[in-house]
Amino acid sequence: MSDSPARRTSPADVARYLASRLGQALIVLWAAYTVSFLVLWALPSDPVALLAGGDATDITPDQLDALRAQYGLDKPLWAQYLTQLGAILTGHFGSSIATGRPVADVIGEAIGPTAQLAGLAFVLALVVGGGLAITATFVRTRWVSSLLLGLPPLGVAIPSFWFGLMLIQWFSFQLPWFPAMGDKGFASLVLPAIALALPTSAMIAQLLSKSLRITLGEPYIDTAWAKGASRARVHVRHALRNAALPALTMTGLVVGGLLSGTVVTETVFSRPGIGRVTAVAVQQQDIPVVQGIVLFAAAVFVLANLAVDLVYPALDPRIVLTSPARRRRRRADAGGPPSELVAQGGADAEAPPATPADPTTPADPADPGNAPTRTEVHA
Amino acid sequence: MSDTTALLPDAAQHPTDTFGATAADRFDDAVKDRFADAVKDRFADAGRVRRRTLGILRRPLLVLSIVWLLLVLVAATWPQLLAPGDPLAGVPADKLQPPSAAHWFGTDQIGRDLYTRVVHGTSLTISAAAIAVAVGIVVGSLLGLVSGFVGGAVDAVIMRVADVLLSIPGLLLSLAIITALGFGTVNVAIAVGIASVASVARIMRSEVIKVRASPFVEAATASGNTRTRILFRHVLPNSAGPVVALGVLEFGGAILAVSALSFLGYGAPPPAPEWGALVSGGRDYLRTSWWLTTLPGLVIALTVLAANRLAHGLDTNGAARR
Repeated sequence: MSDSPARRTSPADVARYLASRLGQALIVLWAAYTVSFLVLWALPSDPVALLAGGDATDITPDQLDALRAQYGLDKPLWAQYLTQLGAILTGHFGSSIATGRPVADVIGEAIGPTAQLAGLAFVLALVVGGGLAITATFVRTRWVSSLLLGLPPLGVAIPSFWFGLMLIQWFSFQLPWFPAMGDKGFASLVLPAIALALPTSAMIAQLLSKSLRITLGEPYIDTAWAKGASRARVHVRHALRNAALPALTMTGLVVGGLLSGTVVTETVFSRPGIGRVTAVAVQQQDIPVVQGIVLFAAAVFVLANLAVDLVYPALDPRIVLTSPARRRRRRADAGGPPSELVAQGGADAEAPPATPADPTTPADPADPGNAPTRTEVHA
Repeated sequence: MSDTTALLPDAAQHPTDTFGATAADRFDDAVKDRFADAVKDRFADAGRVRRRTLGILRRPLLVLSIVWLLLVLVAATWPQLLAPGDPLAGVPADKLQPPSAAHWFGTDQIGRDLYTRVVHGTSLTISAAAIAVAVGIVVGSLLGLVSGFVGGAVDAVIMRVADVLLSIPGLLLSLAIITALGFGTVNVAIAVGIASVASVARIMRSEVIKVRASPFVEAATASGNTRTRILFRHVLPNSAGPVVALGVLEFGGAILAVSALSFLGYGAPPPAPEWGALVSGGRDYLRTSWWLTTLPGLVIALTVLAANRLAHGLDTNGAARR
């Protein structure tokens, strides 16, 4: 940090940063909309023929044309695109082909139950995955540690739909502890949340234990030891706080994974929610609903990343929030290369290069710049 | 040099000290050292080779994984070898039998042998996963190759699209593609493959950019090769490594994704014994006939576990060699 006192994040900085990030988020959403439009409407499929019941034998071509006109499908692709985009900008997300209800209503109703499920699963995944990583790196008994570290690969390999069914079999049929399906009270939330949390907690455990192991080898840990800190204190206060940072950049991915995981989990446990709506919409090839859900998921992903970026400076004081324009200017001043990737789905918080005196990891893993690349980390 | 040593009073007391040694001594030592190093290297090499071949045997999990995957491959290629029966023919009198010597995995609601169905379903699920990985690797590599090699606006456009694709969760992207393409095993495979294109493209691009800047590419350009030739003869082979490793690693994930989509009912239509569909078919009998869901799911889990284990094993072996 060259000019540190002046470079603390001020409220004005946060506001400017937020504005520029929200602008970027809108661009990402527009792009996600365009991609989903191309995938859903430009691929060789005939929504109207599907709507008319698959093999449209009892419908005359004239009726099909009338239906196409009704949905605007007789116009050229670009005209359809612009019409739809205009409608979305004014808050009209179209209506379901199968039921005729507005897509916004269909999704809006489903958010509640899914938010409960995904929220509980998120907490579970964090506690179980984080706890496993901390314990596995903390215990000195070798077999315990390798046993614990052997669990996450297992969690990644188990099909979540099968795990959900096994939970039902054991904990609602063999042992009548929880209801097997439905959406009545907290008890009905437990098994689905466990099933949904499994792959996510395994991912968190893998990421965090790796990051912890690397962090525990850093020289500043030795310093902490030398100053007489207890093992637990070194582990949690010194190592964990730094090790959690790279894992935090995966939040967007974790939330996205939980959201798409509900498609399977809500089907297995017959719960209402976004996942169930998605499964049914795909089954009926209800293109407007599927498109709405894709947009919704992209919005959730973008918001999750934004939230992480806003929390980041509080956890890592080396990071200063700046809007891209200011950063470019400063880079130009410094004579450095312009940012090669203006991050989109990811963050724009800037990590100044770590000085040699910096005790923690170099700037790169802490830089949430291009978060999507982080998909490679867990692969 | 000898002048300096003469000035040091203790030199004589330290015969091995380099300061006290004559040039000839030092030369001798160097030769001996180098010889010793060479011998040590030789033995170390032999040891490493032996360790590498024996090392696999010392890793029982890896051996088990390989054996299991070979079994899966046999089941996918020659299912009749492992299960001579007909996966679609049921004996109604034998319906919903628990696992026994006659029916290893039990029977389903119309008396079909579950073991036979799992074995015959292997080729559907495994080939779908293979198609998915191939689609992801081929399309992703090409995009990454073009993006990294051409650069400029093309690069910017491809990478922005990749960013957007990465902001949509993989399973949802697959579901959107299936909505457009329709159901079926091949469509499911394509959808799963396309969902992984963006991350492959990113890795390929970063490799290509690294390779493009290397001296041998410059040399190839200087000796008058065409851009296409440089791209395919020099850049592609040298940047494909990490992507191939990723392909191996993604195989387990592809099996999971394919069977999840087939569980949801978007794969082959009902009588086909796709693994995910088998688990889904047992759902209605969960309370009474545990084997219908438990055993096919266990086979999926073991296969994914073995594939991941093997990928990890290859990865660490590769890292050790490097």
